[in-house]
Amino acid sequence: MTARSLFEKVWDAHVVAPESDDRPAILYVDLHLVHEVTSPQAFDMLRDKGLKVRRPDLCLATLDHSIPTVPVMSLKDLEIVSEPAAARQLMKMEENCAEFGIELHGLASDRRGIVHVIGPEQGATQPGKTIVCGDSHTSTHGAFGALAFGIGTTEVGHALATQCLLQRRPRTLAINLEGTLGPGVTAKDIILRIIGAIGVGGGTGHAIEYRGSAIAGLSMEERMTVCNMSIEAGARAGMIAPDDTTWEYLAGRPLAPRGQDWDRALAHWRTLPSDAGAQYDKSVDIDVSQLAPMVTFGTNPGMVIPIDDAVPEQDDPAFRKALAYMQIEAGKPLSGQPVNVVFIGSCTNGRLSDIRQAASLLEGRRVPDNVRLLVVPGSERVKRDAEAERLHEIVLAAGGEWREAGCSMCIAMNGDRVTRGQLAVSTSNRNFEGRQGSGARTILASPLTAAAAAVTGVVTDPRTLLS
Amino acid sequence: MEAIARITSRTVVLPIEDIDTDQIIPARFLTTTSKQGLGERLFADWRYDADGRQRADFVLNRPQSEGAAILVGGNNFGCGSSREHAPWALVDYGFRAVISTEIADIFRSNSLKNGLIPVIVDAATHQWLVENPGAELTIDLESRSLMLPDGRSVAFPIDGFSRYCLMNGLDELGFLLENASAIREFELRAS
Ligand code: SF4
Repeated sequence: MTARSLFEKVWDAHVVAPESDDRPAILYVDLHLVHEVTSPQAFDMLRDKGLKVRRPDLCLATLDHSIPTVPVMSLKDLEIVSEPAAARQLMKMEENCAEFGIELHGLASDRRGIVHVIGPEQGATQPGKTIVCGDSHTSTHGAFGALAFGIGTTEVGHALATQCLLQRRPRTLAINLEGTLGPGVTAKDIILRIIGAIGVGGGTGHAIEYRGSAIAGLSMEERMTVCNMSIEAGARAGMIAPDDTTWEYLAGRPLAPRGQDWDRALAHWRTLPSDAGAQYDKSVDIDVSQLAPMVTFGTNPGMVIPIDDAVPEQDDPAFRKALAYMQIEAGKPLSGQPVNVVFIGSCTNGRLSDIRQAASLLEGRRVPDNVRLLVVPGSERVKRDAEAERLHEIVLAAGGEWREAGCSMCIAMNGDRVTRGQLAVSTSNRNFEGRQGSGARTILASPLTAAAAAVTGVVTDPRTLLS
Repeated sequence: MEAIARITSRTVVLPIEDIDTDQIIPARFLTTTSKQGLGERLFADWRYDADGRQRADFVLNRPQSEGAAILVGGNNFGCGSSREHAPWALVDYGFRAVISTEIADIFRSNSLKNGLIPVIVDAATHQWLVENPGAELTIDLESRSLMLPDGRSVAFPIDGFSRYCLMNGLDELGFLLENASAIREFELRAS
C-alpha cells in the first residue's frame, strides 16, 4: 500500500461515491453540528421539499451565536433581554429541532455552549470522523484527527437530508512545527504566527496537517486553538494526528465509546496518523522556540506581529486603509496602546485552560476603571468547572464581568459588543472591520496577552507580568 | 433555480484586498431566518454612515454602478465565515458574478449554489479590470470564458458539475437524493 496521510485515510474511509472530472465525491458525514444562525433556511428547505432529517442521531444542536450571556432560563426571559430578531431566531431553532427530532442543547441544558466547545467536551468529536457544521471554525475538531470543515446553509440542508455532501478533495499542506515554547507564549501565538507566515489565503484549497514536536507537546485544548484558526489561513480543515493525549482527553466523556466499543475504536484510531513517507502537496516549516506573544495590528488575522516589533510600514492602499481604520501608526510597537475593552472567550480561547491562564495574571490585580473586561466561558460546563476552581471570583475581584456561555463579543450578535471607535484586545479569531460591533477596533491575542492588557489598561507583553 | 448560460454586464470595481464575509454582510444582520432582503444590507458598514445615510464616496452608491451585475473585488475575495448570507446578499442586490484573483473556498462553494458565478482570473487580467471600472464583460459558462470589451477572451476555471448545475438550473440536492441507495449501502458497510 502506498503511504497515506491522516487526511487521506479519513477522506478515503468516507467516500460513498468517488469523484470524477464531472462529479464531485459523495462524502459521508459522521457528525453534523447545528446552530441557530446558519440552519433556519435549511430547515425551511426540508419543509418545502417534504424531506426528513435522515440521521437526527448524528446531529448535535445548540444555541450559541445569538444567545444572551446574561442568565436566561426561559423563553420569557429571552424575550425580555434579547433583541427581537435574535430571540425569534433562538425560538425558531427550538421549534425546528422539535419538529425534526433533533436533540437540542437549548436554554435549559447544562451541556449548552459554543458548538466547537461542546462537541469535544461531550466526546462527540472523535478521531477519524467527518464532522461538518454551518460554521467556518468547524476546523477546531480537526485537533482530534477528524476531518472537520465548515459548510454553507445549502450544504447544511444537504447534510440534514442525506447525511452526505458533494465535495472535491482538497490538496494537502503539512505545517511542521518544531521547538519548545518559551514562558508566556501559547498555542494562540503559534497559530497567529502561522497565519502571518502563509497569509490569509495561504491555505485556500488545502487541508492542513499540523505536525512536529511542538504540536505533539500541546494539550488537546491547545491543539483545538491551533486548528480553530486554520480557516483564518484560508484552509477549511486543519488536522492533528491523534495520540495518547487524545485518548486521555476522550476517555469517559459522555458520548465517547465505552467498554469493548472503546477498545475497538482505539484500535482504529491508532491506525490514523500519517504513514511514514506520506506525501503532501505543499509543506512549510516553522520553529517556535524564539516565538514571542503575537498581536494583530490590522483588519485581518494575517496582519500580525510579535508584541515587541514595530508595526510595519507598507506602501499599499489596503494596508494603509487597515491602519487608518485601526487608528494605529506604522513604525511603532503596539505596546503601550491604551485599550477600552478586553474580551476573553470564543471557540478559539474560551476553554478551561484559557480561563485559567487569564486568571493567573488577573489574580491579585485590578482592571483600571476605564477598561471593560468581559470573560465568557465557551460552554456551561467550562463555566461550572471554572467556578469549581473559583476562577470566577478572581475575574470578579479584578473588576471583570463573568458571563453565561456563548459566542458573545466574538461576533456581537447577542447584544455584547464593542462600541464604535473603541479598541478591544480579544482572544477570539477575527479582527475584521466591525466584527465586534460597528466601528470596533480589534487586536487578536492570547488569553495571557489579553489579561495583561486588562490589568494594565494598555497593550502589554504578558511576559513582563509573569511571576 | 434559474438556468444561467451567460451574463453580460458592466462591472463595479471594489479594489480592496481580502474582502471578508463580515464586510459583505455584517454579523448583526444574521439574526434573520430568511434569505430575502439582504441586498439592502450588502456592504452595510461601507455603504452607510453611522446614521444610516449612504456614503457618497462608496462605489455602490454612485449612479454609474446602478444595474451592474458583475463585481470585481481585490485579491482574495470572500474569506472569513461560512455564512451563505454573503452570496444571498450579493444576489439579492443584483450581482450575478464576482471576479478576483483568488476566491475563498466556502464562499465559492456557497456562491455556486446560489447562481453567483465565482470567476478567478490571472493578475494581469485582474489589473486591467481594476483599471477599467464599468467595462462591459460577458461571462460565458459554455466556453468557461470571460470576454473583455476589446474582444480578448480569458478562460476561467469552474468545477464541471457546478457548471452543469448552473447551466441547467439544477439543485445539487437532487443528485444526492438520487444516490440514496448508495448512501444506505455505505451506512450498512460502515456499521
Ligand atoms: S465563538 Fe466566534 S468564531 Fe466561534 S463559533 Fe462563535 S461566533 Fe463563530
